[in-house]
Amino acid sequence: MSPLVAGLVQVGVLVAALAVAYRPLGDYMARVFTARSHSKLERAIYRFARIDPDAEQKWSTYAFGVLGFSFAGIVFLYVIQRVQSLLPFDFGRGDVGPGMAFNTAVSFVTNTNWQSYVPETVMGHTVQMLGLTVQNFVSAAVGLAVAIALVRGFVRYQTDRLGNFWVDLTRGTVRILLPIAFVAALVLIVMGVTMSLKSGVDVDGQVVANAPVASQEAIKELGTNGGGVLNANSAHPFENPNEWSNLFEIFLLLVVPVALTRTFGQLVGERKQGYVLLGVMGTIWAAMLAVIWGAEAAGLRPLEGKELRFGIAGSALFANSTTGTSTGAVNSWHDSYTGLGGGGTLLNMLFGEMTPGGVGTGLYSILVMAIIAMFLAGLMVGRTPEYLGKKLGRKEVTAAAVSILAMPAVLLIGAGIAAILPSTPGALNNPGAHGLSEILYAYASASNNNGSAFGGITVTSDWFQSSLGLCMLFGRFVPIIAVLALAGSLAAQKKVPVTAGTLPTTGPLFATLLGGSIVLVAALTFVPALALGPIAEALL
Amino acid sequence: MDNFLKQSWAGLRILLALTVLLGVLYPLTVWGVSRLPGLRANAEAQDTTLVAVVREGDQYFQPRPSAATLPASGGSNKSELNLDYDKVVAERRTAVAQREGVPEIDVPQDAVTASASGLDPDISPDYAALQVPRVARASGLTTEKVRELVAANTSVTFTTTVNVTALNRAIDSAIR
Repeated sequence: MSPLVAGLVQVGVLVAALAVAYRPLGDYMARVFTARSHSKLERAIYRFARIDPDAEQKWSTYAFGVLGFSFAGIVFLYVIQRVQSLLPFDFGRGDVGPGMAFNTAVSFVTNTNWQSYVPETVMGHTVQMLGLTVQNFVSAAVGLAVAIALVRGFVRYQTDRLGNFWVDLTRGTVRILLPIAFVAALVLIVMGVTMSLKSGVDVDGQVVANAPVASQEAIKELGTNGGGVLNANSAHPFENPNEWSNLFEIFLLLVVPVALTRTFGQLVGERKQGYVLLGVMGTIWAAMLAVIWGAEAAGLRPLEGKELRFGIAGSALFANSTTGTSTGAVNSWHDSYTGLGGGGTLLNMLFGEMTPGGVGTGLYSILVMAIIAMFLAGLMVGRTPEYLGKKLGRKEVTAAAVSILAMPAVLLIGAGIAAILPSTPGALNNPGAHGLSEILYAYASASNNNGSAFGGITVTSDWFQSSLGLCMLFGRFVPIIAVLALAGSLAAQKKVPVTAGTLPTTGPLFATLLGGSIVLVAALTFVPALALGPIAEALL
Repeated sequence: MDNFLKQSWAGLRILLALTVLLGVLYPLTVWGVSRLPGLRANAEAQDTTLVAVVREGDQYFQPRPSAATLPASGGSNKSELNLDYDKVVAERRTAVAQREGVPEIDVPQDAVTASASGLDPDISPDYAALQVPRVARASGLTTEKVRELVAANTSVTFTTTVNVTALNRAIDSAIR
């Protein structure tokens, strides 16, 4: 098999597997969030937490739930890292320092999973399981809940209630993520992923670190988290032993964001509305794959930072999917990619993580972009825009604009300051335009809650720990608050009847508008910065 | 603020409940299943051939260059246009060519580039073939025998790779 054919076969297997899972998973998720009854386990959780699961919340209460839950998560995660030396399975790795503990706590709670630490020497198994694994689940479930709340905004009329955050969070966790992750963890073990409570293993006379990998690996991909149990992440043979486990992990990180378009179509009562979103996501994903794969295949040193078993195709496929979702796991080092290939992974994040985006975050981000697209279309024809039977007035468009602009704002401010700090050049691993790319990539990754890195950059200084931490917080919660406010304002509306003047949102015209908006917003915002980094490098 | 604090308390309580489920029961159940005979050795990476470390001596095949600092894993993160790193790669090429007694042009890419994990167990068939004469000479095995061992440790899925760790252990047994 030539490398091209072998690569295409892998893409084909992946797409086929996603197609098989699409309908059952999408429909199942729709049922999970519309079911009336609570399971026994859920009731026990609600009783313990003293929560009334049948009380519906206004958007503001829902938002306070998200913020309060995330705040509690950050505090808990910070504390257990700071007292790690008192916990079992710490292997003398000691307490995590305050800057790193803050950054890591924020990182995992915001579903970023950016890692300023080397797991093998910093994190013991207890913090990994009790802290990091838990946030791998619940941060994904928070994204899912917010997406569902936004969809409720579209399908409910003249109400100020959006559902119950605690119920959405719990159901997303115990009915969707936990069962799939459990099965996936077992599949990974069978494929050869390790699962050990020991600190390491002797290989031909040298010690290689080991960990309870499989359980965290499964949710790391499924929840589009991406924080490696080991430093080399999914490039490490213990996390990703062969070509089949590689494909399986790519499948896991794509499956929920992709199937959510089906869930969306089900919930709004018109499946085509979901297919058109999937079409836009898939088109951009495929185009970016061609760019990254092609650029790497033509590289000068294509195997630098790549594992031989994955080759160029298996690495590019992973890189494109991990940056197109907000996963950030890596099976190769994007820092060593070509100017164009690495620039492609960066651009994937700059699209705002909606091709197809993270668990839940991808769906709500692309719906917000759909509102922007309909607003632009409305301006062109001079009509008040509508989407899914709701008018898009001043409030809705403002909320959408705030949600879209939060990421570029914190990204460019953060990267701009970092670029002029005298201490920054010393933190970079490569000279010239690529050094600027390392800075841009770091802030893009944090602000988009992706978590992958141009890993050569050293981010352990107080400046990087705190500024990247703030980018993660703003990049996560400003859009979430705006999206929930948007949902609240949509839910309060009456249904706008479809007229001859309504722009249909299931056809190619809308798809083009939406795809065009995604590309245009990113291009208008980031071309100057990209020109100095990856574009300059690609032209050199 | 009141609302935020109230929700934070509720959040903390539900977080604790979920921590028991997701942070204790889930990983320990997965760990429990991994104790089954047939899975356990793999889970513990006993005698693993998933990773490669350098074994000193001309009788062994050499893995790809590594930028890792054991026990941690990792790559070089050096970019394509990094001129300093060009020199490192050129030095590696010269060293490999001298070691194997071949012209530099015959040294394949994987022999001079650092892998992503720093523990890549695989080398290309080209790099393996390049090392066969030296390994045969130093181990006292015939070239045919060494080629046979290479073939036995070559696997083809989407890429064709030779597992260095398994291959070197096969050399060990053949010498004995």
